[in-house]
Amino acid sequence: MGNKILLIEDEPNIAQALSFILKRDGWAVTTHEDGRTAFEAIMRHAPDLVMLDVMLPGRSGYDILQDVRGDAAMADLPVLMLTARGQIKDREMAERLGASRFMTKPFSNAEILACIRELLGK
Amino acid sequence: MVRLTLTGSRIRTKRLELGVKQAALAKTVGVSPAYLNLIEHNKRRIGGKLLLDLARQLGVDAPDLSEGAGAALVAGLQEAASSAQMGNLAGIDEFASRFPAWASLVLAQQSRICGLDHRVAMLTDRLSYDPQLSEALHELLSSVTAIRSTAAILVGPQAVGPEWQARFQQNLYEDAKRLADGAGVLANYLDVSDDENQVPSLPQEELESWLGARGFHLSALEQGGDIRDAKAGDLLHDYVQQYRRDLQALPLESFGAAVAGGDDPLQLAEKFGVDMATVLRRIASLPQNMGQNAGEAGVGLLVCDASGTLLLRKPVEGFAMPRFGSGCPLWPLYQALARPGVPLRQRLEHIGRDGPQFLAYAIAQPVGQGGFGCAPVMQATMLIIPQPRRDQQQGLQRVCSKGGCGGQH
Repeated sequence: MGNKILLIEDEPNIAQALSFILKRDGWAVTTHEDGRTAFEAIMRHAPDLVMLDVMLPGRSGYDILQDVRGDAAMADLPVLMLTARGQIKDREMAERLGASRFMTKPFSNAEILACIRELLGK
Repeated sequence: MVRLTLTGSRIRTKRLELGVKQAALAKTVGVSPAYLNLIEHNKRRIGGKLLLDLARQLGVDAPDLSEGAGAALVAGLQEAASSAQMGNLAGIDEFASRFPAWASLVLAQQSRICGLDHRVAMLTDRLSYDPQLSEALHELLSSVTAIRSTAAILVGPQAVGPEWQARFQQNLYEDAKRLADGAGVLANYLDVSDDENQVPSLPQEELESWLGARGFHLSALEQGGDIRDAKAGDLLHDYVQQYRRDLQALPLESFGAAVAGGDDPLQLAEKFGVDMATVLRRIASLPQNMGQNAGEAGVGLLVCDASGTLLLRKPVEGFAMPRFGSGCPLWPLYQALARPGVPLRQRLEHIGRDGPQFLAYAIAQPVGQGGFGCAPVMQATMLIIPQPRRDQQQGLQRVCSKGGCGGQH
């Protein structure tokens, strides 16, 4: 397993904090904030794991996840969904679309790191 | 009929209420106490002059004794029983007849339950779909997430360089301010009224109310003008765009004349070269002095998406349109979703004596262009035209006491 993580999150301070703790934990992190170009960013960076916010400008994380799972080359790409909405239907939607994990804001740094390590087998 | 056999029970109940002796009442109407006793125990049928005399002595109308003053009470109890999914309705007439006060209490409680259900549904709907509330909560949760994550970095055991410390402290300050602002916005939004029963209406309700005040006919657009109304919200903009496209495809004069000529929606669609959903919407936007239902209460319209969520409701008298949840699954509105592009026509009737009847036309069509390989977004449209009553038809209503209906839930 590699160590490249693409963090797609439009809240700059959340992205900055997550990026900091992930880099400090040894991961190579790239950030992206626009839902409209997120799928292209995933194709371009070819990450080992995607952290994907649900509410993004221009396009929802669910739509992006659908595209990812529709691409045979990325069918097994670990995708950790991040959302401020924790309703059951949101979790079910994420699972139905093929999310590897689903975390509800506000999450702790320790939870995020543990989840990343588990998904990437470290 | 059960109701007729209970005339005696009603006479007895009323007599006891008034504190009149059986013998005294029998004497005033010219029968023996024994015969009145048989009547009161429903062992003798009663009608004609004797019924009128007894009603007069008891101070009630004769039909109240023969049919029961509680016909509405019985209907209400049936509805309450249906809501409680009671399968066996035996004895409901007797209960209403012998214990009208208790029956009224059941109805009052049922009414209160319905009101509370409605309020819960409204609040749930508001929490789930109100964009303003959703935005406010998202803002709060985003601020809290950023603060939690940043603060954990700063107080954690691992050292943070001075440059990052300064940046994170600045971020904390910004997020704390954002959190305070967001909390204020949310508090103001929730503190809308001293009246705990008042819940602000949703944008869709505001649009429907706005359209309802104009009979769903926008004369300013018909005359080539424009419409702007901040109170009706952003949904109005989309509605106006579609209305404008519809009226361009189906001009008021020629289309109104064709509708009045008796063509059905499918014939109209072929004649004007448009899809049937456009025709259904346009018929619903005709002024009330035009079209097939000129001078009457007009026609109703329902539009829903593929999930069954109602997107637009133009009410029509006698046809119950739910605000929350979906309607009757047997409505052609929903059947159309299973057969996209197939025009449907069905006669509908509400359960109940002399329940109103309607003719419904429905079709489901994709909206927008979509994209290559994308699943189409479907919408179903149903026009509801009141009809003069005919013989018994299949009854359709979401909440009704029709036994054994597979569509009931």
